[in-house]
Amino acid sequence: MHKAKGEVVSVNESLVGVRTTDGAIMNGEVAYIIVEDGKRLKSEVIDVKEGNRAYLQVFEDTNWMKVGDPVEFTGLPLAVKLGPGILGSVTDGLQNPLYELGKIEWFLERGLEVDPLDNTQKWHFTPMVEEGATVTGSTVLGSVPEKLFEHKIFVPFSIQGNHTITHIVKEGDYTVDEPIATIQDSTGKSMELTMAFEWPVKRPMPFTERSVPIKPMPTGIRILDALFPIAYGGTACNPGPFGAGKTVLQHSLARHSQADVVIIAACGERAGEAVEVFKDFPELIDPRTGKSLMDRTYIVGNTSSMPVAAREASVYMATTVGEYYRKQGLNVLILADSTSRWAQALRETSGRKEEIPGPEAFPMYISTLISAFYDRAGVEILGDGNTGSLSIIGTVSPAGGNFDEPVTQATLLSTGAFWGLSRALSDARKYPAIDRIDSNSKYPSQLEQEEVTYLLELLRDGKTIASNIILMGEKGITDESYIRYQKAELLDAVFLQQNSFHEVDGVTHPERLRLMFNMIQEIIDTPVDIKGKEEIRSHFNFIRQAFLDWNYMKPDEEGFDKQKTKLLNLLKQMGHVAENV
Amino acid sequence: MLQKTYENIDSIGRAILSIKAQGVHNKELAEVIYPNGQKAFAQVIALDGDEVTLQLFGGGFGVSTDCKVRFLGKPIQVGFSDDMLGRVYSGNGQPIDRGPELLSDMVRVAGPSINPVKRLIPKDMIRTGVPMIDVFNTLVRSQKIPIFAKAGEPYNRLLANIATQTDADVIIIGGVGLKYDEFHYFRQRIEEAGSKNKTIMFIHTHRDSIVEGLMVPDLALAVAEQFALQGKNVFVLLSDMTQWSDYLRQVANAQDQIPANQGYPGDLYSQLASRYEKAADIDGAGSLTILGVTTMDDVTHPVPDNTGYITEGQFYMKDGYLELFGSLSRLKQQVNDRTRPDHRSIMNAMARLLSEAEERVKAQKFGSVKDDYSLRLLEYRKTFQTELMDPFRYLELEDALDLCWDILAQHFKKEEVGLSSKLIEAYWPEKGKFKILKEMIHE
Repeated sequence: MHKAKGEVVSVNESLVGVRTTDGAIMNGEVAYIIVEDGKRLKSEVIDVKEGNRAYLQVFEDTNWMKVGDPVEFTGLPLAVKLGPGILGSVTDGLQNPLYELGKIEWFLERGLEVDPLDNTQKWHFTPMVEEGATVTGSTVLGSVPEKLFEHKIFVPFSIQGNHTITHIVKEGDYTVDEPIATIQDSTGKSMELTMAFEWPVKRPMPFTERSVPIKPMPTGIRILDALFPIAYGGTACNPGPFGAGKTVLQHSLARHSQADVVIIAACGERAGEAVEVFKDFPELIDPRTGKSLMDRTYIVGNTSSMPVAAREASVYMATTVGEYYRKQGLNVLILADSTSRWAQALRETSGRKEEIPGPEAFPMYISTLISAFYDRAGVEILGDGNTGSLSIIGTVSPAGGNFDEPVTQATLLSTGAFWGLSRALSDARKYPAIDRIDSNSKYPSQLEQEEVTYLLELLRDGKTIASNIILMGEKGITDESYIRYQKAELLDAVFLQQNSFHEVDGVTHPERLRLMFNMIQEIIDTPVDIKGKEEIRSHFNFIRQAFLDWNYMKPDEEGFDKQKTKLLNLLKQMGHVAENV
Repeated sequence: MLQKTYENIDSIGRAILSIKAQGVHNKELAEVIYPNGQKAFAQVIALDGDEVTLQLFGGGFGVSTDCKVRFLGKPIQVGFSDDMLGRVYSGNGQPIDRGPELLSDMVRVAGPSINPVKRLIPKDMIRTGVPMIDVFNTLVRSQKIPIFAKAGEPYNRLLANIATQTDADVIIIGGVGLKYDEFHYFRQRIEEAGSKNKTIMFIHTHRDSIVEGLMVPDLALAVAEQFALQGKNVFVLLSDMTQWSDYLRQVANAQDQIPANQGYPGDLYSQLASRYEKAADIDGAGSLTILGVTTMDDVTHPVPDNTGYITEGQFYMKDGYLELFGSLSRLKQQVNDRTRPDHRSIMNAMARLLSEAEERVKAQKFGSVKDDYSLRLLEYRKTFQTELMDPFRYLELEDALDLCWDILAQHFKKEEVGLSSKLIEAYWPEKGKFKILKEMIHE
């Protein structure tokens, strides 16, 4: 394709108008604007108008640009480079590795581009096909070990029709840019392949075969795993006002979720939060693999003070990388924080394009984009019969904490689990501050369905009685109701609340969740013979205290079983107080 | 570079001017030259063909169609040198303290953000001596955190207190939309505290143009960043960012931008973020901490709302008290496990009980609070407020923690506070043996 050329005719923050002087242009293609000092600013065509005019969103600061600056179009859409070496890395929203950029400049100076994948590192390649074999897009050519698993090397997904392998390298060490195979199509045209290839970020990778998310993914967070679970390949959103604990929840999910690969898309959020992850994770050992937590993590950081136009790109890039690792047969989890910032970036651009605004000035098409984004999650049955999955958990930051706004509403329509964060709960320090009544999930829990219902009923009862207490005082309700209320409070305090910063309490694995649930059930089902509100409360206080102490103990710790016995004894007393007296 | 002068002004607004010109750079600095020879600064903010839009530092009033515009061939810069310490500047970077103009290196303003890999995880507690901060919402070096308060609360006093009571190497005050007496107050407080020679002020008062007000945070932060890069620990005070946002709204509306919420531009979040994100603990250099003020009536208003999503928490001031609910320090977890073993737990226990008490306050209105426990909770709430929530009571962290234990023991039984048995054993004071709290008359 002939590459177009042009020149700048207007500049309005990140939106730049260009008149093309030569060649055809494609909506969505990447272009470079060359400013006075010779720096090349990456941008993307987002609108083509009559009179050879195109609008570009520029992924960099547009200062010092002027009318007449030359523009070079590439003819190619914005793409991500896929291959071994992504895991453990930290890049900006356009896949520039931040540590590499950091070697050049302290600040994120514009116009810097670095190879996304380290092209000096050698990977040990073992071929799996022979010369003469017939291959097509996504056929596995071989594999290299990457961190925790064997990374399959594919024929690029964009290749269509049968090709013949005319050459493939022997087992050995190669970089991502070295040719490893040559293929030939039916017309005899040859093509060299490397271990890496590009895929346009805005085009969802086709599923080999799609299945439905039904297997719960343990997150280590009790309220989620028990009441509002997410499944492998599922989607969830956690909208909430600022300060309700979205960030802590996301970090906890990044650490403890039982996924093979975790991709963090820090989109338009605080840089410091991404820093915490990529400086902490290398030091943390993942108990499931015995390796550094960073080995399974990839971070895309387009933080709030980086150029706004690249926010959108960062979300799509994370998703494309996720789809690629799903093709590897892995369970991938994307944490997108925050999709609202992405939506706001679209709003800014839309406003500059003077499009007719929808509600709260968001563009009309925002809901379609959000739905299409979450639809890229899912379970995939691969060619070899294995499955891979991509789950997406998106943070939403609704203006004023009001869920009745376009981004939250569109997200609720597109996701399978809703974790509503509540300021009332976070003010009460009841973390995670996920609303116990209004949240929901359509995925199966690790507990039985009846058990989930059983807990939710108690919580609803507790809430009703609590409001009665406010109206009528403790004296205005029966002892029986008061006991039910205390049980609901206890369930909340020792089971739903969790201290994310505590080594033991911060993560609860499925076996322990079961153990704790059984204990809770025992407490709820034990009849209480105590009379008088003060006595009832005091007794539940002792149980709560003992339960919390137990929560903070490791199962293999001395005293763990003793504490459990202590709890059971407290329970016995509860039923037999009358007799003892 | 050739400096061209243009004369064909197309339109003049409150803070915006447009003119036909060629070869102009986006964000270039320009001078508006009045017929009488006076000059005022302007900056290019948009280009469309040969139509150039500028924002006027001096405002649009008095600009006439026979003014000339000269493009200066350079972006906005600010001077930077150690000699600036002790000096006061306006929003266009000129000294306003009658001191001499300084020759200094010029540094760029509103530059790109620092590469996240050059940031350190914040880990140093800043002791302020304010119990509601040190115990409940610990301030951490390189934090960005505003005070949320109604106009008229003593937020500037707290701001000045914190800056002068801590160990900052350099204090930079960015005053946006200050009343003259507020400006005077800052200057006086800084002098009284003996901090003048480590302080630089960039001041915009209500008589100055809004565009100058818009520049203040950028100038303050650009200078602060330079000191931080030199290894200094810098405190930047920005008061008041709500007025700054209002100026932003005015300029955006003058440009016919489509407003998002309550007339604010759709990029309010990004605009605030690119300022607050300058706060950083820089690997191999110093740090930049930002304490702001966001005046507000309602926390869901676009300015506090967007700010809350950007900053690392907020201190909520109401009726002269620093409130527990509504205040948050997102970085406290980085440091409060290394202060004293009971810090985190007692902080949480105190908050949980106070939240229980707040529920009783609601119930009390129905006249339904009669039981002993609820009454004790309400008493506890009173003590909490008088003993801890005064932002101008100075207590060392350790004393404040002891005070918390005293308050708990004053009102509750050991098993009511939800603290681990280990901590209770170590810290629970015997009745009559309080360390800080004065014994109450009753009981």
